[in-house]
Amino acid sequence: MNAERAAWERSSVTRVVSPVQPRKLAKVPFVELADGRLQGVVSSGSDIERVYVSSIGAGTHGFSCSTNNNRPCGGLHGSPCKHLRALVDEAVLQYGVHRVARYLRVDIDEDTASGAALVSRLNGSLAPTPAAMVFSRFLRHLAYLELPPSAEPIAELHWFPATGAVR
Amino acid sequence: MLAVQLAELLEGDAPGAAEALDLVAGFDDALVHGFARLGEERALALTALAGALAGTPLGPRAGEAAGKLAAGSVAEEHLTVLAGGRAALLGAVHDDLLARLDTALGRTRETWDAAPAPAPVPDNLLSGCRSWLHELAITGWRGVDHDLVSSAAQVIEALLAEPALRRPAVLLDGLAAELRASCPVATMDRLPARRWADLWTRALLLARPGGLPAASGRSVSGRLLILGADVHEHGTAVQIQVHGILEPARGGPALLVRAGVAAAKVDTIVGPAVWRLLGAFPVLLGALAERRSLEINDMLLLHGGDLVWHDGRARPGEPADPFATARVLLAGALAPAAPPLDRHPVRIAEPVLVEGYKTVTDHGITLDLGGGTLAVDVDRLPACGPLTPELVAASTACVGLVRWDAGRWLLQPLAVQATVKRKPVEAHNGDWALGPTDPKAVKAEARAGDAVAVLRERAGRLLRR
Ligand SMILES: [Zn+2]
Repeated sequence: MNAERAAWERSSVTRVVSPVQPRKLAKVPFVELADGRLQGVVSSGSDIERVYVSSIGAGTHGFSCSTNNNRPCGGLHGSPCKHLRALVDEAVLQYGVHRVARYLRVDIDEDTASGAALVSRLNGSLAPTPAAMVFSRFLRHLAYLELPPSAEPIAELHWFPATGAVR
Repeated sequence: MLAVQLAELLEGDAPGAAEALDLVAGFDDALVHGFARLGEERALALTALAGALAGTPLGPRAGEAAGKLAAGSVAEEHLTVLAGGRAALLGAVHDDLLARLDTALGRTRETWDAAPAPAPVPDNLLSGCRSWLHELAITGWRGVDHDLVSSAAQVIEALLAEPALRRPAVLLDGLAAELRASCPVATMDRLPARRWADLWTRALLLARPGGLPAASGRSVSGRLLILGADVHEHGTAVQIQVHGILEPARGGPALLVRAGVAAAKVDTIVGPAVWRLLGAFPVLLGALAERRSLEINDMLLLHGGDLVWHDGRARPGEPADPFATARVLLAGALAPAAPPLDRHPVRIAEPVLVEGYKTVTDHGITLDLGGGTLAVDVDRLPACGPLTPELVAASTACVGLVRWDAGRWLLQPLAVQATVKRKPVEAHNGDWALGPTDPKAVKAEARAGDAVAVLRERAGRLLRR
């Protein structure tokens, strides 16, 4: 055990971040566990130009949902709306239910582990969060796809081997 | 790689390597706890590191820097000198390991005689990068919190926007993502101390004024025979590094070369979808998928052995089997010298052909060549290709890269020939470069939808408001 730990600490290519699982992005293009929240962006089902910014705080479970223009979501009535439910479902696909539960600090049963079970265990209330900040993180995320490809060697990426954990 | 070659590689310990790595570990430990709270023991470790450099040109400055840091004055210039010292020690370990490997394989390597000029890059962007690294060193990994990680966001965004700074940008972005995912670091029960110190050191050296070398090399033409594709990836970057043998049109010895193409991505683009980000290189991807050679004309070959890939200067050639290339040409090919900045054990990635082994599968997968055993790095089978641990376990021949990490040699497969259900099968990392060919992978991709297309649509609609 100690030898294994020492090897881990002395490895240059120790894996720190687990790769995420592939999922359909059409409905919820952006999900992240960051800044002490599960947060993301949910595309509106009716208006292609509109998106909802939804988030749930870790520990407090305070939740919020509004459009990217800062209009409060009409579906929020003291309990999570369909956007928040979709956010949790997609986060569970992306990270696995245990990682999401651990981050939000929700206790879940091994055998009923699912997005719906997770939502039912949330005990927070409506809490305003900076939708503009989350939305700008989403735009930054999208901006990566606009960067030109590179044909010069990036030696630094030898520290980041691709792994097969996604299979 | 023959049994006797492996036996020679594994024989005995490299003199001095363990001591050098212990000194490096002392520096790494200082970064764990922060240079603001060194304490006596860690200050002594820095003095020891400086002492080991006494006979080198860095010696006097390293001694002074260790003294200043031990006295509690954490100036950027002192950190940079000791970071240089740490890199020099790892450079020496790298040289030693690579020389052992070359001797064992009978591989001839060019010597480094170029003196590359620094790349012309705007220093204002790099100074922001240095300040953040300085802050990290003062605080130490244990003290890293969300605020400290987030404070790098603007610097990284600015670096990414400047194509000439892609290397430090990709590096810092990868490090910041790991720190972010680990916050608050104080609660982690173990830290990737070597890894994070490597990334920090490398970033600091690249961010020095004049630290980023300009691309320099010579023009080459000829036939490129592909050996295989190595895939590098973190949340926001992917690089395909193709290893191959170039037969120069002018004659002369065949050359071991690499060609790397890279794209920015996001974490939800994974598996075979990453190939879709490299659509700007159809000829290279086509050659990988169809297992063809390439005719290249007037392409820049850097002194370190990397082609600066220019897809318009490559034409698809005849079908070429990488196993045949390895069997016929690998032993006689001339290997490139390692660029000075890249002298680190993590950069050792030497193509070899291994066959005539038995696979042993109790702890991971090991190849038993009779003269010794070589562990397979099964974590390095990329999700964008068809290689699986099961295929490697069933394999009888493998084209791979010999690597070294955490004190041992490893084999990273790039391609295998195997027997599955009594039928011969062959799989290469680059097989799916134009899309998956395996029905199961095709189905999985259809299920996940086209992530790249969805995000590009969202970007088109939302980014340019
Ligand atoms: Zn909503």
